[in-house]
Amino acid sequence: MAAKTLNINGKQVSADEGATILEAAIEAGIKIPTLCHLDGVYDAGACRLCLVEVTGVNKLLSACTTRIAEGMEVHTDTEQLRKYRRMTLELLFAERNHTCSACVSNGHCELQALAWQNGMDHVRYDYCFPRWSVDASHPRYGLDHNRCILCTRCVRVCWHIEGAGTKNVAGRGAKSFIIDDLAQPWGDSETCTSCGKCVIACPTGALFTRGSTVAEMERDPSKLAFIVNARERKQWVV
Amino acid sequence: MRAEGLDHQVYCRSRPVNTETTTPWDKTAVAALTPLQASDKRYKILEAHIKKYQGRQDALIEVLHKAQELFGFLEDSLLLFVGSRLKLPPSRVYGVATFYHYFKLKPQGAHTCVVCLGTACYVRGSDRVLAAIEQSAGIKSGETTEDKQLSLMTARCIGACSIAPAVVYDGVIHPKQDPESALAQLKGWLPHGN
Repeated sequence: MAAKTLNINGKQVSADEGATILEAAIEAGIKIPTLCHLDGVYDAGACRLCLVEVTGVNKLLSACTTRIAEGMEVHTDTEQLRKYRRMTLELLFAERNHTCSACVSNGHCELQALAWQNGMDHVRYDYCFPRWSVDASHPRYGLDHNRCILCTRCVRVCWHIEGAGTKNVAGRGAKSFIIDDLAQPWGDSETCTSCGKCVIACPTGALFTRGSTVAEMERDPSKLAFIVNARERKQWVV
Repeated sequence: MRAEGLDHQVYCRSRPVNTETTTPWDKTAVAALTPLQASDKRYKILEAHIKKYQGRQDALIEVLHKAQELFGFLEDSLLLFVGSRLKLPPSRVYGVATFYHYFKLKPQGAHTCVVCLGTACYVRGSDRVLAAIEQSAGIKSGETTEDKQLSLMTARCIGACSIAPAVVYDGVIHPKQDPESALAQLKGWLPHGN
């Protein structure tokens, strides 16, 4: 496969043709904040945290879904991007009910970690305080819509890795939410295999193992990449 | 600011879905029609329509269009039927059906009223028209009156800005509406006749 050379933050980087800006950056050891990206499944460009500036393009592009091009000049850490990243995080917090102190993922939540890393010490927007429910109908797992950021990681994992297609997104805009089958209680779902991959994939406390404490609710998403690698490349890299 | 219309109960049903009529993940790839469905001509027409697309999964939207045209709205058993014929998971069919405003998951009223809330109509007072209709009919936008006579909907610009504010009654566009003319038009469709 032909290699392409591009410039990220002043550093010359080469990556395979067809790679995304994010992949090229990871390979070159340049960190771009991500939330909806998950190793092992395709990217959706849902969270807008990996937005980067590309010289000559007058809008911001998501690094996870933009393919690299020869001679591309990318900036991943400018004043404008830092500002927008904080803004995006604040909007994520304001949209639903993210109460870290009462969340099972407190301390190992990707949203919380990103907010911390990006210096988000308060939210400048009015909280929406929507009334979302908690689906505790599944015997092993729970789904708290209040903590959901609609990154669709669970949807992609269920579709791409498990292949069951139990989860999907219903509705649109601020009213969209994660469903199981025909928006029925998770426990009534006939397609769900109870494999728990969606719980591993969730970056926040939206999907959790029932009855687990904050200390127990740690996830290891590398397991998902392990499965995909093993299945598709026949390489068992533990 | 408190976001309105985010009441989860409206969108997430707590009752279990009746899956007796169709099982989408039937081992025999295409499940036979139940006696009830087999006696319903509309299922035959829908099946023929799906065959026209050779059961292609990317024809989901077209098939849902036809299903709604035949049945008036998309009930759970119908969504499961479409899913089983296109070999798609129920969640995908439901996700697509709820993404587009055109698809209705509940029975619609005999008459429809669409208030345009596009920018031009809005600045000319379509919000007041909508409020008057909502108050008079006792329903919110997106709902149907209890006697199933009127379904009230809103749209984001129907492309009739020169006659703003426009309201569509049973598919016919009416120009320059105000609360009085709108209520006069709805006379007879509303339960208490005002």
